Amino acid sequence: MTDTTVARRLYRTMARIRHFEVAAAKLMASGRLPGTLHVSIGQEAVAAGVCDVLRRDDPITTTHRGHGHCLAKGGEPKAMMAELLGRATGYCGGRSGSMHIADPAVGILGANAIVGAGIPIALGGAFAAARQGRGGVAVAFFGEGAVAQGVFHESLNLAALWKLPLVFVCENNQYVELTPVSVHLAARHVADHAAPYGVPGVRVDGNDATAVRSAAEEAVTRARDGGGPTLLECVTYRWHGHFEGDPQRYRDPAEVAEWKAADPLKRLAASMSGDSAEFAAIDEQARGEMADAVSAAEADPVASPASISAHVYRRPVGREVLA
Amino acid sequence: MSSVKYWQAVNSALHEELERDESVHLFGEDVGAPGGPFAATRGLRDRFGEWRVRDTPISEATFTGMAVGAAMAGLRPVAEIMYFDFITLAMDQLVNQAAKMSYMSDGAFAVPLTIRTLCGGHRGSGPQHSQGLEGWLASVPGLKVVWGGTPADAKGLLKAAIRDDDPVIVIESLSLWTRRGEVPDDPDHVVPIGAGLIRRPGDDVTLVCWGDTVPCALEAADALAARGVDAEVLDLRTLSPLDEALILRSLGRTGRLVVVQDAQGPCSVGSEVVRLAATDGFASLRAPARQVCPPFAPVPFAPDLEHAYYPRADDVVLAASDTMERTRV
Repeated sequence: MTDTTVARRLYRTMARIRHFEVAAAKLMASGRLPGTLHVSIGQEAVAAGVCDVLRRDDPITTTHRGHGHCLAKGGEPKAMMAELLGRATGYCGGRSGSMHIADPAVGILGANAIVGAGIPIALGGAFAAARQGRGGVAVAFFGEGAVAQGVFHESLNLAALWKLPLVFVCENNQYVELTPVSVHLAARHVADHAAPYGVPGVRVDGNDATAVRSAAEEAVTRARDGGGPTLLECVTYRWHGHFEGDPQRYRDPAEVAEWKAADPLKRLAASMSGDSAEFAAIDEQARGEMADAVSAAEADPVASPASISAHVYRRPVGREVLA
Repeated sequence: MSSVKYWQAVNSALHEELERDESVHLFGEDVGAPGGPFAATRGLRDRFGEWRVRDTPISEATFTGMAVGAAMAGLRPVAEIMYFDFITLAMDQLVNQAAKMSYMSDGAFAVPLTIRTLCGGHRGSGPQHSQGLEGWLASVPGLKVVWGGTPADAKGLLKAAIRDDDPVIVIESLSLWTRRGEVPDDPDHVVPIGAGLIRRPGDDVTLVCWGDTVPCALEAADALAARGVDAEVLDLRTLSPLDEALILRSLGRTGRLVVVQDAQGPCSVGSEVVRLAATDGFASLRAPARQVCPPFAPVPFAPDLEHAYYPRADDVVLAASDTMERTRV
């Protein structure tokens, strides 16, 4: 039996992610959002469940599909939406876009557009946490595609070797860009990669927010207590294409429909029967919050060309000073 | 002042910065108990403990990325890439991550990261342990790149890099590793990043050099003096951002330019200096600029081949004499 307060909190986080991304996808479809957009619709339970057991200053890194993790960690939807829209008020002043949300105030050491690259950066967050002695735990969010990168294995080895407080969270949405995971990974499950490094490997239903939360809580507690890293594989599914506009010729629409029936929001609401009005209200509130974020961001000024070279260096010398 | 070897200057810089600031942490292959493959970290682990001076597996991409993350999270890491050639394994973390993090976060994050790496040329180390890849790194906005050609500069630049809030690549010369030089005893001896140095003033021709080629340029200047040519030796020290003002001032005096480099010519720091001369320095130029550099080929192993590969003082003398002969009136 899930605690009602926790369930409502998880639902609220998932609803905020869902409405943020639905709004962003609509903006892109209507030509108001430039560039490329990767949404995590259908995968919200992973971000919600894991971030629910983290402290505000625990460091995380995430991926090109990272809106959910950033929102769940405490990122500001208005500043995120402004960044997606290339506004001067965006998290990165409009110079980085959807794949690079970063916020030291809530421990987001960056979403990252290079597959796997955030994993060693989170390892550095874990090293710093271990040195700073405040019991911090780092989380690296990544997709199953990153498991084929060398840095995934190197980081598992190093985190295990030094018993660093790092939780590896693989959000396995079953498609590596345009290709099913079975074409890319030899191992049966991502979690199987933990054993050779002497690390606990856990596989969990990634569409069950409370199951994700429990597994994450166990891993995070172990890390906080000095027990070292865990590899947590959350099996979920990506409702949309790799990017918005992806024609998705590589999969059967029936498969997508089947997974939509396992919507993590509906599943959580259903498990808390009797509370449906409550969940509907949370949902409506999240929809309103994100609509407000869109209106506010669209009203903001676009990034100015005068800012093109801003913050290339913290301490400029030479040609930066001359310029 | 004390007379110390290049490697000892590096070692004392690390010693002093670890002592001064407890956020400084060293990572790298064999940097702990063994004291580093070339003794740069000798004695540091015993003094500062295994967390401050940490041996890493042979995982350049990952320990560099770890250093990036640790820098973002409040530490001041110094990672050693054993040979310059191995930096290719860490290029994603340097080029896509460290270099861009301040920019991508609108200045919210700093990456006070130092990468030390050793260039192994002139020692028969072969094609994969000898390269100078400074041109690659100098072309990346967000990175600073420095290379000391003397023990004093090796020390002062490394200390400046560790104290800097941007990612700095510090290249060190194995070819100069046991050379001695006078080094200030001041524990705050830092060489400012972005400032080149006139090592020898002269009015006839500017010899631009850095790192490994500093002794070569100085030797060539002596030989030129014997021929009545007064060469100015300009040591860049920082390869990015270049000290453009110093180069242009020197060219304004001499009107002639010879760049001496151990890295291949095309798309290099030297070709950037020549570009500067051909654009902002055009009014000063009185003769065609010359680049004295190796052939466009990897560094060969056999002693005779390697000797023939790198520029020698004689080559610099010839190039400088050529600029004297081809001067416009």
